[in-house]
Amino acid sequence: MKAKIHVYLKPGVLDPQGAAVAGALHNMGYDEVTAARQGKLIELDLTGDDAEAARKRVDEMCAKLLSNPVIESYSIELDG
Amino acid sequence: MKSAVIVFPGSNCDRDAHDAIEKVTGHKPAMVWHQESDLPEGTEFIMVPGGFSYGDYLRCGAMASRSAIMPAIVAHAATGAPVLGVCNGFQILTESGLLPGALMRNAGLKFVCEKAKLTVENANTRFTSHYEGGAELIVPIAHHDGNYFADADTLDRIEGEGQVVFRYGNNPNGSARDIAGITNEQGNVMGMMPHPERAVDANHGGTDGLKLFESLLGSA
Repeated sequence: MKAKIHVYLKPGVLDPQGAAVAGALHNMGYDEVTAARQGKLIELDLTGDDAEAARKRVDEMCAKLLSNPVIESYSIELDG
Repeated sequence: MKSAVIVFPGSNCDRDAHDAIEKVTGHKPAMVWHQESDLPEGTEFIMVPGGFSYGDYLRCGAMASRSAIMPAIVAHAATGAPVLGVCNGFQILTESGLLPGALMRNAGLKFVCEKAKLTVENANTRFTSHYEGGAELIVPIAHHDGNYFADADTLDRIEGEGQVVFRYGNNPNGSARDIAGITNEQGNVMGMMPHPERAVDANHGGTDGLKLFESLLGSA
């Protein structure tokens, strides 16, 4: 089984890298971009085939290591 | 006071920390590898040094804060013993939950390496009692992720409780309310981005960090 974890900055947390990306896109003429937020994608390969159990474990991994609840939120996608 | 300096893969200020502690106490601190699970018998003061533990992968300090030695540090802090985290050490202490908030990428996106002007906001801590309140110091900074963030309620709370110990004179990294260093609520754990251990000898170009170690460890 694979887990895809998206980690992104919470709304309201300043994202200077996202702002720089939006600025660069503007410089390239993409004026329709009003904002950019930069996050992370983490893929895990997992043993077992119980999706519900896997989701619980991955959720725990996110809370303990993969995200920092002070500044970040996350979402989990299970596959296979 | 018996001291220990924690060493992670990628720590690079551990020897500066060692030398600053030895200069002030006359005793060499124990150097404790992160895979240890116990502190040396009788350890009182713990310093978590600067550097780039685990290459700053995932988030600065994230993996170090989950290493084998950390439960012993958290337990030691809970007894009221002094713990100081500098730079990457500050990041590790916030990641471990010993200090509130988080350190994010500098607002200007650049690594900053300069002498920072600091103001001592609270001279009534065990880390700053040898300074005058409001004193201005020059202490080096060198970091990419020193932008202190906490939500507004947390910021109001730590300001109200006197937990903001140092503020920047000329905010180099976008830190909320110019915060350069904070303590926990009990006042025995402090984190700061500037490097006091790099300002303890005239050959460093300044000695404004010396009084921090003297406050904590007793003047030599």
